[in-house]
Amino acid sequence: MSEKPEVSVPENLVEVNNLKKWFQIQSGMLDGVLSREAVYVRAVDGVSFNIRRGEVFGLAGESGSGKTTIGRLVIRLEEPTEGDVIFDGIDLATVKSGEMRKMRRRMQVIFQDPMASLNPRMTIGEAITHGLKIHFPGDSENHRDTAHNMMEKVGLTPPNFFYDKYPHQISGGQRQRVVIARALVTLPDLVLADEPIAMADVSVRALLLDLMVRLKNELNLTYLFITHDLATAKYICDRIGILYLGKMVEIGALRDVYTHPLHPYTQALMTAVPVPDPRERRTQAMPAGEIPNPINPPSGCRFHPRCPIAQEICSNEEPELRELEPGHSAACHFAEDFL
Amino acid sequence: MTNNQTSEPDILYKIRNLVVEYHTRGVVVTAVDHVDLDIQRGEVLGLVGESGCGKSTLGKALMRMIEPPGVIAGGKLWFDGTELLSLPEKEMREWRGSKISMIFQDPMTSLNPVQRVDEHIIETIKVHEPETKKSAALERAQSLFERLGIQKRRLNDYPHQLSGGMRQRTMVSLGLSLNADLIIADEATTSLDVIVEAKLVDQLEEIRKEFWVTILLITHNIALVAQIADRIAVMYAGKIVEIGLVNDVFLDPLHPYTQGLLQSVPNIKFDEREELFKMPGEPPSLSNPPPGCRFHPRCPRVMPICSQVEPQLLEISPDRLVDCWLYQDLPEGYESTTEVEK
Repeated sequence: MSEKPEVSVPENLVEVNNLKKWFQIQSGMLDGVLSREAVYVRAVDGVSFNIRRGEVFGLAGESGSGKTTIGRLVIRLEEPTEGDVIFDGIDLATVKSGEMRKMRRRMQVIFQDPMASLNPRMTIGEAITHGLKIHFPGDSENHRDTAHNMMEKVGLTPPNFFYDKYPHQISGGQRQRVVIARALVTLPDLVLADEPIAMADVSVRALLLDLMVRLKNELNLTYLFITHDLATAKYICDRIGILYLGKMVEIGALRDVYTHPLHPYTQALMTAVPVPDPRERRTQAMPAGEIPNPINPPSGCRFHPRCPIAQEICSNEEPELRELEPGHSAACHFAEDFL
Repeated sequence: MTNNQTSEPDILYKIRNLVVEYHTRGVVVTAVDHVDLDIQRGEVLGLVGESGCGKSTLGKALMRMIEPPGVIAGGKLWFDGTELLSLPEKEMREWRGSKISMIFQDPMTSLNPVQRVDEHIIETIKVHEPETKKSAALERAQSLFERLGIQKRRLNDYPHQLSGGMRQRTMVSLGLSLNADLIIADEATTSLDVIVEAKLVDQLEEIRKEFWVTILLITHNIALVAQIADRIAVMYAGKIVEIGLVNDVFLDPLHPYTQGLLQSVPNIKFDEREELFKMPGEPPSLSNPPPGCRFHPRCPRVMPICSQVEPQLLEISPDRLVDCWLYQDLPEGYESTTEVEK
C-alpha cells in the first residue's frame, strides 16, 4: 500500500529551517483612516529543528509559545510567513496543491478533543474509512477490511461491534482510539499528535500512551508530539524542544533536557511541574511575571524580564540556539554556566 | 497537619450521607452517593478523582449551588455548627461568599465582563456588610491585591484586561475580602500555565497561614495535591474510597483504585519506576454503576463479595478511612480469597 523509498533514506523525516508565522491582527477601517501600521502577532518567530525518522519528537511550551502553530505549519495546514519545511527531502513550499493532497496521506493528525474531531453523524466505520476513500478510491472493496484491521490494532474489538456505532455511543477512551485508528489507517509516515491525551483521565492515559508507542514501532511511524504537559511527555518523547514566545529555547534528548536543563526558562518549567510525592515539595520560588504579549515581545532574549540570572546583554542581544553538548542546544548567553 | 493538638480535630465542615442526583429523561444519575467527609479547620484538603466521579458536584453541593436537573436528595451539611440544608435560601445567600467562597476553573464566568474589578469587589463587600463604607471596602480590596502580588492600579481594569493568573487571584481576593472561612477551589489552577499555577499554589499556601482559611482543593491533578494538601480524599464513581494524610496515602495507598491511580500519575523526576501503571478499563457510567464495589470490574484484587455487597468507608487506623472489603470483616458466607487475576 505504501511505497517506501528503498535506498539512502535521509535520517531526518522533517527538517524545519527558520520557520516564521506572523498573524496580522485584524485592522479595522479606523486603522486605515488613521494610516496605522499593521500589527502582527509573532506566533512563531524563527524556529529550526529536525525530526528523525522513527522518533517521537516533542514540542513543549506554555500557552502562546507557538507549539500548535508549528505543528500546523509542519503538515502545511498553514503557510509559513518565512522559512522552509522539508518533508522526506521535499520542500513543501514547492508542492502544488493537488500534489499536496496526495502528500496528506503521509502526514496525519491526532487532535486533543476526540468528540470535537469526530463528526457526530458519521459512524465509527465511516470515520475510519473516510481517509481510505480519499486516498485509495480504487480499492473500495477492501476498505472495510482495512478499517477492521486497524480497529483491532487500536483495541476496538470486536470491530463489528463498533463499526456502525456513532461517537456518542462509545466511551471517551474508545473515541480516543477511533481518532488514532482514523489517523493511522492511511499508513502515514508522520503523525502530528497535538495534546493527544490531554482530555483522557489519568487512569486511561498510560494505556493510550502505550498504544501509541506500540503502533509507532509496528507501523514505522514518526511522531511530532505537541504538549504542555512535561510530565507526560517524559513517557513518550525521545527528544524534546522547549518553546517560549515563538522561539526555541532548548532542544535535546529528553533525558538531557530534563535532568540538566541549560536554559533558565526550562529550569523554571522543570521545577514548576508538581511532583506526585509529598516528600519532595518544591521550595524554589517561581520566576516573576507572566508570559508577555507576543505582539510586542521583549527585546533581546524574550525571557529576560523574568529571568533570575539576566544581565545587561540579555535585553540587548538575542541569544542564538547553540549546541553546548552533543545533541543538546540552548539559546542563553550564560548556558555554559549550567554545563 | 496544621492541627498539632492530639485532641479531637476541629471540624469546620461536617458532611454526612450527602446524596446528589441528576434527573434527566427518566434516568437518575447519582453523582454523589452517600458521602461522609470532615473538613478540618485550617487544613488544605485535596479532593481528587477523574472526570465524572462527582467531585465538582460535591463541591457545588457544599455551597448548595446544585441547579436543576440536579437535586440534593439527602444528607446533612453541618458548617461550623449550622445545618445548611435546613436554612432558607435567603439566609443561605448570606453564607455564600461570606463564609464559603468558591473559585472555578474559568474565572471569566464568575467575573462580570462589563464591571471593573474594584466595583465587583466593593459591591460584594457592600452586599454582605452594608455598614462598611465604600472607601474602606476599596482599601481592603487594594491591600488584598497587593498582598496577592497584583499592582493595585489593576483594580481599575475589566476582567478581560487581566491575565488568567490575575483573574484567579482576583477570585481569591474576593473570598478573602469577606473573610470566608472556607475556600473551595474547583480546578482553579487547571487552565493556568504551569509556572503561573505554581505561583498561585504558593500564594494559597501563604494566605492559608496568614488568614487561617481552610481550603478544599478539588482537582484531577494528583501531583498538585501531593505538593500542597495536608489530607487527601479520593473519589471514584460518586463515592469517596479513601481518605488520609497525604504522606500516608501517597507512600502507602490502601484502596486498589488509589494504588493504581497513584502509579499511573506521570512523574517528571527520573527514578526507578519508569513505567506508568496501565489500569484496565474506564470509570463506569454513573447512570448505571456496577453492583457492589464500583471499582470491582477494574480491580486486580477483586473477591467474590465485591460484585455483590458494597463495602463501607470505615476508619481502619487513625486519620485513615478506606472503602474496600480488603480492610473490613466479611459477612458470613464470604471468603476473602482473591479471584484469579484477569
